[in-house]
Amino acid sequence: MKHLISMRDLSADKTIQLLKLAESLEKDPSQIDLSRRVMAAVFYEASTRTRMSFESAMKRLGGEVIAMVGTSGTSVEKGETLADTAKVMARYSDIIVIRHPMEGAARYVSEQVDVPVVNAGDGANQHPTQSLLDLYTIQKSQGTLKGLKLALVGDLKYGRTVHSLAYALAPFKPEFHFVSPKSLGMPPHILSDLRKMNIQFKETKKLDKIVSDIDIMYVTRIQRERFPDREEYEKVKNAYIITADLLENAKDNLKVMHPLPRVNEITTDVDSTKYAYYFDQAENGVYMRQAILATLLGEAK
Amino acid sequence: MKELKVDPIKNGTVIDHIPAGRVQRVLAILKPRSTDVVMMGMNFSSKVMKKKDIIKIEGRELTQNEVNSIALIAPDAKVSIIRDFKVAQKSTVQIPERIEGLVSCPNPKCITNAEPMTTIFNLDDSSSRDLACQYCERVFTADEMTHI
Repeated sequence: MKHLISMRDLSADKTIQLLKLAESLEKDPSQIDLSRRVMAAVFYEASTRTRMSFESAMKRLGGEVIAMVGTSGTSVEKGETLADTAKVMARYSDIIVIRHPMEGAARYVSEQVDVPVVNAGDGANQHPTQSLLDLYTIQKSQGTLKGLKLALVGDLKYGRTVHSLAYALAPFKPEFHFVSPKSLGMPPHILSDLRKMNIQFKETKKLDKIVSDIDIMYVTRIQRERFPDREEYEKVKNAYIITADLLENAKDNLKVMHPLPRVNEITTDVDSTKYAYYFDQAENGVYMRQAILATLLGEAK
Repeated sequence: MKELKVDPIKNGTVIDHIPAGRVQRVLAILKPRSTDVVMMGMNFSSKVMKKKDIIKIEGRELTQNEVNSIALIAPDAKVSIIRDFKVAQKSTVQIPERIEGLVSCPNPKCITNAEPMTTIFNLDDSSSRDLACQYCERVFTADEMTHI
């Protein structure tokens, strides 16, 4: 594995290796030493969580971080091409972590440089480190990835995270409930792919009916910035609000996940229940990103 | 007797069964040299297609690669290589597995539309005419593509 650009490139075996390494690094981070290695975080758009999670991962393994955050005041503003910026960053660092609003930007950068490239989000396309940390979180909370029942809730139309998760879980024969307002349902091409893979799923608007049936509830924010039409956003923005009451009949092993930041999709009274798992999920991001950095830098044993 | 609307050629290439109205786009892709003798027919009647366009290029034999480059807009075209007024070779067009720098990505958010770079599309599934952008990963039908 030279780069991590898209979940499509990742075999099930490689995914399992990364999950194992993340688990082992969570127990004992001292097994990997990235001292004197430099990670360049090249972020063309703001992202607090992904960037800081990568920085934390690198630093906790002894590595160093340099960062470009936003394009204001940089050579990009002067008209430098992405290829040139990437080539320079590659001379400054041992690995590039890039977030860019244009789809395919990370793939293009990986073709331009000799150092490994990690896609930390390319517009609405891919965010493979999020998918992998989600897999790790699900496995850690349930003890397995196989045969789980999951509800994906919220914006399933524009939500890159849930699209990616549906594919990432497919080899493990999940059963999905897709819970969304009608206008924000899973795109037909994804449903058709899932049918081809014989993955069971149901689409519904009603979350309360299925709460007692699921192992994982994956909640996403309905993101204003993804809507072409403001009016459509106003109609659906508060469609699902998860409260402690809603979870009353949940199975004991249910965990509620959310890629964060949340706005009002999960009320704070859920935080103190045994179901809340979104802050653990954020922490798991550090272990998974450590596994990714160590693997791409050739340090994984 | 069969009516010949376009003069026969002695040596060269005939491209038949081009969808009516697309002959100019086909020529734009084939980019004839300034010395090439080209005959272009539009809206000929056809049993299969009702109406079709046709191109004859005198003195030039198109390679299979050149022929395949028109596959996206003329998928059912029949290509004949003519030598001494006779059909020496007949072939159909095939969408190549990989198409580089020929069409632009219809996704306005694709990096290929923002950077000075070559587009690359891969045939999504050999049984279909769908193309996947190597960069933004979106899949498009051949009809959605615009030639550069």
